[in-house]
Amino acid sequence: MTEITEKARIGAPAIDGFTEEGENLSPLNAAAGPLAGASAKSHSHGGGVGVPDSSRAGRLTSYKADDFGQLTGREEDWRFTPLKRLRGLQSDALVGTAPTVTVSGPEGAELPAGVVVETVGRDDARIGVAGIPEDRVSAAAWEAFKEATVVTIPAEAQLETGVAVVIEGTSTELSAQHVVIVAEKFSKAVVVLDHKGSATVSQNVEIDVQDGADLTVVSVQEWADDAVHASSQQTRVGRDAKFKHVTVTLGGDLVRVTPSTRFTGTGGDAEMFGLYFADAGQHLEHRLFVDHAVANCKSRVLYKGALQGKNAHTVWVGDVLIRKEAEGTDSYEANRNLVLTDGARADSVPNLEIETGLIEGAGHASTTGRFDDEHLFYLMARGIPEDVARRLVVRGFLHEIIQQIRVPALEERLNASLERELEAGNL
Amino acid sequence: MSTLEIKDLHVSIDTEQGSKEILKGVSLTINTGEIHAIMGPNGSGKSTLASTIAGHPRYTVDSGSITLDGEDVLAMSVDERARAGLFLAMQYPVEVPGVTMTNFLRTAKTALDGEAPSLRHWTKDVKEAMSQLRIDADFAQRNVNEGFSGGEKKRVEILQLELFKPKFAIMDETDSGLDVDALKVVSEGHNRVHADGAMGTLLITHYTRILRYIKPNFVHVFVDGKIAEEGGPELADRLEEEGYDRYLTAAKA
Ligand SMILES: Nc1ncnc2c1ncn2[C@@H]1O[C@H](COP(=O)(O)OP(=O)(O)O)[C@@H](O)[C@H]1O
Ligand SMILES: [Mg+2]
Repeated sequence: MTEITEKARIGAPAIDGFTEEGENLSPLNAAAGPLAGASAKSHSHGGGVGVPDSSRAGRLTSYKADDFGQLTGREEDWRFTPLKRLRGLQSDALVGTAPTVTVSGPEGAELPAGVVVETVGRDDARIGVAGIPEDRVSAAAWEAFKEATVVTIPAEAQLETGVAVVIEGTSTELSAQHVVIVAEKFSKAVVVLDHKGSATVSQNVEIDVQDGADLTVVSVQEWADDAVHASSQQTRVGRDAKFKHVTVTLGGDLVRVTPSTRFTGTGGDAEMFGLYFADAGQHLEHRLFVDHAVANCKSRVLYKGALQGKNAHTVWVGDVLIRKEAEGTDSYEANRNLVLTDGARADSVPNLEIETGLIEGAGHASTTGRFDDEHLFYLMARGIPEDVARRLVVRGFLHEIIQQIRVPALEERLNASLERELEAGNL
Repeated sequence: MSTLEIKDLHVSIDTEQGSKEILKGVSLTINTGEIHAIMGPNGSGKSTLASTIAGHPRYTVDSGSITLDGEDVLAMSVDERARAGLFLAMQYPVEVPGVTMTNFLRTAKTALDGEAPSLRHWTKDVKEAMSQLRIDADFAQRNVNEGFSGGEKKRVEILQLELFKPKFAIMDETDSGLDVDALKVVSEGHNRVHADGAMGTLLITHYTRILRYIKPNFVHVFVDGKIAEEGGPELADRLEEEGYDRYLTAAKA
């Protein structure tokens, strides 16, 4: 599957104003027109009516970076990202040394029995199993990577301990990386992707959760201050499979994680959690996509972020698409931000597109709260000093996500990291 | 025995139209074991007095003094006042995101006592106090006041009163919005702490109803930022019959 140049389009217009069936007379009445495609119909729940490109169903996907054109920053999926700080991941050759990948049991312990770790070439059949790149930077990495790491949890294996995939950067040369995680039928495992060190890397992570499997993937971004990381994490969730994805983004200059989860069999269950803590100057961006393409699947999304310091910027975009076929879908997504100081900015955009009325439920929520003087007054009026009060609130706010990880050693480590973040901000 | 003394207190707030004087010379002395009821119409400045004692940053003290056993309360930060023994049961307790009741209560108790409470006793005390106030046990795991009904929030304020045992309790319209059953439960909570004999109470209320359950030694009628009349419990009975109209006409004139 190496040099694939096809474009996967689902009812997508190649040019504004056109659908695959023909020309729309006017984007504004596209939904009512006989020529309107599926993408046009979905807009009532998503972005601006009559802007076909805003439908997630119509988003271009391709293995070729050039199919996406050069980025200008005006693209829907790049409009919040400071492109300059990508250091050329979007435009230059990704030929530098990629971060090293070391796979083991927890904390460097022996790999759990049965787990297979391979380094494979581009022609390996498992590459491309979970999806096609959804943006230019991801496609650029796809074109550039030389070899991939494939981690396989064998069929029916029930792992008692986790699998740690430590991804450590040692240089800031532009690089590309590819990782594939396969949870075979009826297996059960927790895999932690642990990113650290310095890097400028575009990464594609493919996750294949096969029928009946139960997989948790935790992706921790605790990079050094100078790291730039674009990570597309695409998952295919098979029939009756259970998938839990947790992102924890704390370190790095610019981190942009785009987890996309697609249901490919009925009865699938996906939970996507995330936690981010942005300090002064950091740009931390998470763009989720849940693609309900088949019937009777359930998805839950909860991302929580804290921000402190001047020009701390976080972006959360949650696209949930419930396609016509996806009857019986049960879906809910929420993003909650807590702004701790002035000068920080949290963007939060939930997009729910529903193409069928026959669903169990679908909802979204987005709140950005300020830790305000009234909260502080209440806690201090009970004798709690200001610094303790602030920490109490932040710790409590983020704990809801940490506790989802259920790997005690990692939870402890992340709690300690959060303590350091709080101290760094003099909170 | 402790004394909380308020002398000729003038307090203003910043509004869009500039500074506005709310308290216009309030003097009041409360000793341990005493219950003082402050009664007055809406907008007369009762919450302003309560919040000023607790140190809410919105209120500016222009003149006058507040002392606790001679110590200058106005010079203390909000948390220092609480640690000195002042407790405000708020009229509108805020919801604090992300902090469970359990965690909050333990953190506050630790701060107030200067050391962590013995876990075994503390857990028992909290459970007992919650059940006496008819607060569901699962509230312990919920975030502070988050999604609590008005009545539940008030009960949680009294829960804290019972657990923290302050020198002086200021109860700002704890009775408002409570049905009779809840009113009894909350009053009993206060009375249990009062019975220990180590607390003085400033009971702020709009209605006389709560005074059937919490018996004041003194009643102060608060009108337009000042105490308009003072007396014993019989004054409350008169207010019950006559309302505040008499004072309001006088204030306007
Ligand atoms: N934040 C505020 N902005 C403007 N006016 C206020 C504010 N808070 C209180 N006030 C005014 O101060 C006065 C006293 O209010 P308050 O102390 O709440 O009275 P009470 O508790 O007796 O009802 C009222 O006239 C009220 O309108
Ligand atoms: Mg009031």
